[in-house]
Amino acid sequence: MRGLYVMALALALVASAAAPVALAQHPSPAPLPRAGPPPAEERVEVPPPPFTDGIFPCTSCHASLKVNRVRRPLADMHGDIVLTHDEQHRWCLDCHDPDNRDWLHLASGEKVPFEQSYLLCGQCHGEKLRDWRAGVHGRRTGEWNGHKGYLLCAHCHNPHQPRFRAVTPKPAPARPSAAK
Amino acid sequence: MSIVSQFPRFVAGSFRLVRRGNAAYWAWLAFLAVLIVSGALAFARQVSEGLVVTAMRDQVSWGFYIGNFTFLVGVAAAAVVLVIPAYIYDWKPIREIVIYGELLAVSAILMCLLFVLVDIGRPDRFWHLIPGLGHLNFPRSILAWDVLVLNIYFAINFVVATHILYRAFNGRHYDTRIVVPLVLLSIPMAVGIHTVTAFLFNGLAARPYWNSSILAPQFLASAFCSGPAILLILFQVLRRFTRFEIQDQAISKIAELMAYALFLNLFLHGAEAFKEYYSDTQHLLYTRYWFSGLGEHRTLVPYAWTAVALNLSAFLLFIIPAGRRHWVTLNLGCLATYAGCYIDKGMGLIIPGLTPDALGEIYEYVPSLTELRVAAGVFAVGFLVFTLMLKVAVPISLGEFQHEPDTGEAH
Amino acid sequence: MDPEKRPPPVSRRQFASVAAAAAAGFILTACGPKRLRELSRERLAALLEDLEKDYTKRFGTAVVVADTPPIEGVTFAYALDLSRCIGCRRCVYACVEENNQSRDPEVQWIRVLGMNKEKGIDFSESDPYYQPAEVPEEGHFYVPVACQQCRNAPCTKVCPTGATWTEPDGIVVIDYDWCVGCRYCMAACPYGARHFNWAEPTIPRDHLNTKTHYLGNRPRPKGVVEKCTFCIQRVRAGRYPACVEVCPVGARKFGNLLDPKSEIRYVIENKRVLVLKEELNTMPKFFYFYGT
Repeated sequence: MRGLYVMALALALVASAAAPVALAQHPSPAPLPRAGPPPAEERVEVPPPPFTDGIFPCTSCHASLKVNRVRRPLADMHGDIVLTHDEQHRWCLDCHDPDNRDWLHLASGEKVPFEQSYLLCGQCHGEKLRDWRAGVHGRRTGEWNGHKGYLLCAHCHNPHQPRFRAVTPKPAPARPSAAK
Repeated sequence: MSIVSQFPRFVAGSFRLVRRGNAAYWAWLAFLAVLIVSGALAFARQVSEGLVVTAMRDQVSWGFYIGNFTFLVGVAAAAVVLVIPAYIYDWKPIREIVIYGELLAVSAILMCLLFVLVDIGRPDRFWHLIPGLGHLNFPRSILAWDVLVLNIYFAINFVVATHILYRAFNGRHYDTRIVVPLVLLSIPMAVGIHTVTAFLFNGLAARPYWNSSILAPQFLASAFCSGPAILLILFQVLRRFTRFEIQDQAISKIAELMAYALFLNLFLHGAEAFKEYYSDTQHLLYTRYWFSGLGEHRTLVPYAWTAVALNLSAFLLFIIPAGRRHWVTLNLGCLATYAGCYIDKGMGLIIPGLTPDALGEIYEYVPSLTELRVAAGVFAVGFLVFTLMLKVAVPISLGEFQHEPDTGEAH
Repeated sequence: MDPEKRPPPVSRRQFASVAAAAAAGFILTACGPKRLRELSRERLAALLEDLEKDYTKRFGTAVVVADTPPIEGVTFAYALDLSRCIGCRRCVYACVEENNQSRDPEVQWIRVLGMNKEKGIDFSESDPYYQPAEVPEEGHFYVPVACQQCRNAPCTKVCPTGATWTEPDGIVVIDYDWCVGCRYCMAACPYGARHFNWAEPTIPRDHLNTKTHYLGNRPRPKGVVEKCTFCIQRVRAGRYPACVEVCPVGARKFGNLLDPKSEIRYVIENKRVLVLKEELNTMPKFFYFYGT
């Protein structure tokens, strides 16, 4: 109850601060960026996101670069990234925040850290997010009746190419005639 | 002199009897001895290396041993065919020879127990099955039931047969107060051992081929075919080599009973085949493996049709009265019955029951040489015991081997 | 038994009484309960100590044989996501390592059946020996099968010596020291989950998992039956079974069926769930589901 009240108050404050500008630009209600991290129950303990070595923080390069919002093939950097994840409709900046590259953002514009990238994935894959929170989607480690180990979506799925790649199976069992 | 004090003399006399025989007798014993030694060697290797020396695997986890076991339970139960008319209807011609049915039952059960012993992975733990010493999962496990009924049946037949013979040796009629109740008990017991053995398979829902309520009646029907088939041949052998008189009337009566049993056996098989093929469910798979094979897996098909042909021709031979009176057709019919039931009830029951396995895999089981040798050894033990028992029993029933109060001499 | 008293010189009478006590002890042991299931905790502990010494000597490395008891209020259950399994067999080999299955002859508690999507779950159309360069293969799906830990287990019912039973936490276990190897349970199992040691099992020394449980992964002798125990040595200590942890696609779920907040309950309540050969009324505690 008290939490809700505080949150409502915070939202009201933010909204009132943003309102004049927002109203001037868009007739529709503005996205409501959330102040601070999401409530504790939404956070899940995970190992650090699986960044390529030396790539994070992104701002170490991007801070000095001008944001180019034009959708284009990447030539200078990140040429190795092939997007096969609804690539018809999406592009880098639909997920990566243009203003602060160390963050991601939701469709609403709300920024989320890489540690909570599941919130981003969950926008489309809501059912998966729900299953994941229940411990049913994704790999399970830890203890069945104690601390449960969670992994981020990106630990298993390459976010740019989320489909699992085929793997070589381990050897087939021996035929019954093989035992001597 | 009390009967008990005659016992050492009986044993010594019996011993002398089995040591006497012609060349054929000794050749037969030598042949059995060779099989027993070969079987024992094969079994020793099986014990030291494990059941891996058999062709059984996880997919087909029972094979030749259990097939023979099942068949021999039927043979053992068949003594009842002779017991029923002998004691209930007091039909004299069969009554004289019923003792041999009981001796056959004793040898058959002995072979059954040996087949179980050679089949288990830990024969050294056999005592785990003994109530009191071990732990028998009774009444939940049908195998526990089988262990019990087989041993009781063994004991009953052993007691009845030895009692009758021992009394005869002492020149006395057997004690009806002992024999009649035991014989009356042995009738349901005979039905019991075979029913329980059928239930052993029947109760497994995992194996649709066995999970048919017709299995127990069909077991009994085939037992009433194969058991007498052995006895009929045996009686002719006895008639030929000893002074033993067995009336033609008795032989043809038994053959007549066999004809009805053969019909029943065929009928029940047919009923099962109808159900399987007409309803054409996934469970047809096993019957198809037996009769027509699955894809390139056709190992058992020739056996299946051989069994059908044998059982059918035996039935046709025996249903005609002339067929069971003429000794050629009689013996052909007996051999056909024996072989037909042996195929049907041994490999024909066990292997298709487990092929394809529970997860659909087809492993074509064919017994290994070790299995054949061990099985031959077990049969040889059974035949040896049966031969030796006959060697004593025949002279007793002929009155040649008898305690004579004056000289105490056994001939 | 009397507590130790030791007056220094051993008289003949004392010797006789010790001998009598030893004989009585022997008879009691011989006549008393011998199945692991019936042993008192003290006798079990003594027995396990002997086992540990035995294994340690045999494998040249310290082996622990635990007797971790079941946890009150816990019934274990398993769920496997058929829409995720890619048939890679990582679980099979993780299980072999964890549970000390024989390498030669090969014993594997998990069998992954390759199935044809057109045929659905049809065992007679399944193939456990698939070996393409890559999995999953087009048009195929995979059904890994191990012990289904049935609530109405046909295998425990048929055992003539009572050498296999269901533990209070729902795990069907085998007493390897009591099993006579009749293989009736294998005939009774509708899932091909029980495996026989056709020869002396072999485990390379350096591959032995030394953390064992007396009802689970301790080394087995030849001539007895063995099967999946949900990794009893792990799960009774709170851990997940080895196959759950190794599954690269997270298809394997495990937990307490009695806990409404467990993964298992979530699966049962929210997913399309099936059990194999439902018509046999074995009531498995191993569920298959479609996560998507």
